[in-house]
Amino acid sequence: MWRAVGLSAGVAAVTLTLLVGVLGVGGYDVGAALRALAGGAFGSWSAFLSGTLVRATPLLFAGLAVAIAFRAGVLNIGAEGQLVVGAAVAAAVSLTVGQPLGLAALPLALVAGAVSGAAWAAIAAVLRARFGVLEVISTIMLNFIAQYGLAWLVRGPLQEPTHTYPQSEAIASLARLPALAAGVRLHWGFVLALAAAVALWLMLKRTASGFRVRAVGANPFAAASAGRIDAVRVGTGAFLLSGALAGLGGAVEVGGVTYALYENISPGYGYTAIAVALLARLNPLLVVASAVLFGALEAGAVSMQRDADVPSVVVSVVEAVLILVVVATDSIRDRWFGMRWAAEREA
Amino acid sequence: MSDALSAFLEGSVRTATPLALAALGEVVVERSGIMNLGIEGTIIAGALGAVVAAGAAGVGAGFAGAIVAGMAVAAIFAVFTTGLRANQIIAGTAVTLLALGLTGTLYQAWYGAAGAGLTTPTIAPFEIPVLAQVPVIGRALFAQPLPSYVAMALAPCVWWWLTRTHAGLALRACGENPAAAAAAGVRVGRVRTLAIMFGGALGGLAGGTLVLAQAGTFAEGMSAGRGFIAIAVVVLGRWHPGGVMLTALFFGAANALQFLFQAMGWSLPYQLFLAMPYVLTLFALAGAAGRVQAPAALGKRDES
Repeated sequence: MWRAVGLSAGVAAVTLTLLVGVLGVGGYDVGAALRALAGGAFGSWSAFLSGTLVRATPLLFAGLAVAIAFRAGVLNIGAEGQLVVGAAVAAAVSLTVGQPLGLAALPLALVAGAVSGAAWAAIAAVLRARFGVLEVISTIMLNFIAQYGLAWLVRGPLQEPTHTYPQSEAIASLARLPALAAGVRLHWGFVLALAAAVALWLMLKRTASGFRVRAVGANPFAAASAGRIDAVRVGTGAFLLSGALAGLGGAVEVGGVTYALYENISPGYGYTAIAVALLARLNPLLVVASAVLFGALEAGAVSMQRDADVPSVVVSVVEAVLILVVVATDSIRDRWFGMRWAAEREA
Repeated sequence: MSDALSAFLEGSVRTATPLALAALGEVVVERSGIMNLGIEGTIIAGALGAVVAAGAAGVGAGFAGAIVAGMAVAAIFAVFTTGLRANQIIAGTAVTLLALGLTGTLYQAWYGAAGAGLTTPTIAPFEIPVLAQVPVIGRALFAQPLPSYVAMALAPCVWWWLTRTHAGLALRACGENPAAAAAAGVRVGRVRTLAIMFGGALGGLAGGTLVLAQAGTFAEGMSAGRGFIAIAVVVLGRWHPGGVMLTALFFGAANALQFLFQAMGWSLPYQLFLAMPYVLTLFALAGAAGRVQAPAALGKRDES
């Protein structure tokens, strides 16, 4: 408990120092920028619920996806592509059956998103298991293919009826994820994401398959020889689960936020998710906290750009340095205490 | 038709040039056993370095600035990977994110909102007499800006260095079996650091090419995924400088095809053509298993 408090305080301090540093070097009005950022992220219930938490939802799904894969030693850089595919397939399902089925189309779309995300990850998982192809390379390729496929879909088969804009028609209002309360943009997808985080945490901590994932991630050779665990099979399973979570994130984004398919449905959620998962030290419960932090930063960055004229990409600098600080502290500690990078992680 | 074809080929080479430069650098890095996902970051840094230096002292300084900026970003990556032995994939991702954010922020801080309209001097294509007049392929190969010739000249040099020199052998040994290389007296960390710096210089040059030979201006995120494409180019080019050049040309052609389609008035879904090289790369990866493979130690943490 106290460790978590200390960790959060450390992360908050580093984040704040970084922001002040970068803004100062850039010659911006630091006070005004930080006020705008805080106002946009936490300034009011509406900013927090409709900005920060809405933004945090896809990051939470994708962050969990990255966390489960990395825990099993699978470097899935493809959460972005899996999220995009999930969004596209969920949108296609909602557009097709949303009108006739109404509310019943919603679970159908969410399941379709998760399944298609897993299927997209399966390509890389099979290449890894059968041919030993580095998943880092294959998932980067799959990200590009998904992005171009999406660009084609919104100009081709799924384009809105007037064929003017590169986007789909809006899905039927009954087939959308309802808001948590009237007048708030936060939707039930956030609750779903929280449930996924808890389920994943329980799975890792309490189940036999969770133990196998942790064992393989810590040391695949030891897991295979001492525990008779099929490391390849566990890796494949974690990879598919990872794709399903990212795909579900895409489906939730379409069903709860955009209501239509756009070419830029994801402003790089799958990449930011790597930072989200690492900062949370691949612990599903901490992923919730780090996703909210990144959601706040990104929601705040929008108002910082609007009110203080600070480019919103400043947030990427903070995200990047946070990752580097995490990996640097890990390596330095490993060297001093002679532990392996992943071996001493526990849920 | 012949005009459109000639323009298509010229466009292919133009688009391929920054990819070829970045990928040639990445070949050397990967053959030393390091996978640098920060290459995207070196490209965008090179683009900003080019704008800053060219604005101060002309095009020549612009290219120098691009190379220096690319190497600066590569140095950060080297500190984390060969220095702290952090996970290469994670460090590379972070370095790319850092460079994208930093260049966007600094550009707006230094040039203000007016930065959007800023232009820098560019270099004109250099026509090689006679050869440039060859029909169809003449202009594509012999009327390009200087960086295209640099890439064409560099590929055989890199191949020769990698396969025919002791230093090249030592570098490949680091990529195949770092422990054996270390036992043979090769300083693995130093070799890899130098390889990363070389890759950074070429990544920076690729960014400089985007600005000084093509766009004539800087835009936030203008590297547009070229660093990741370069990684695809290296894989499909099978970690061989010659293969990389051909593959870069192939990716360039897939990209230039959309303009050919527009010129010919064909309404084909060009996004699917853009996706083709990546699909082929996946097939190549599956087929390449057992024959031409990635360097054995690629991306693995050095435990020595």
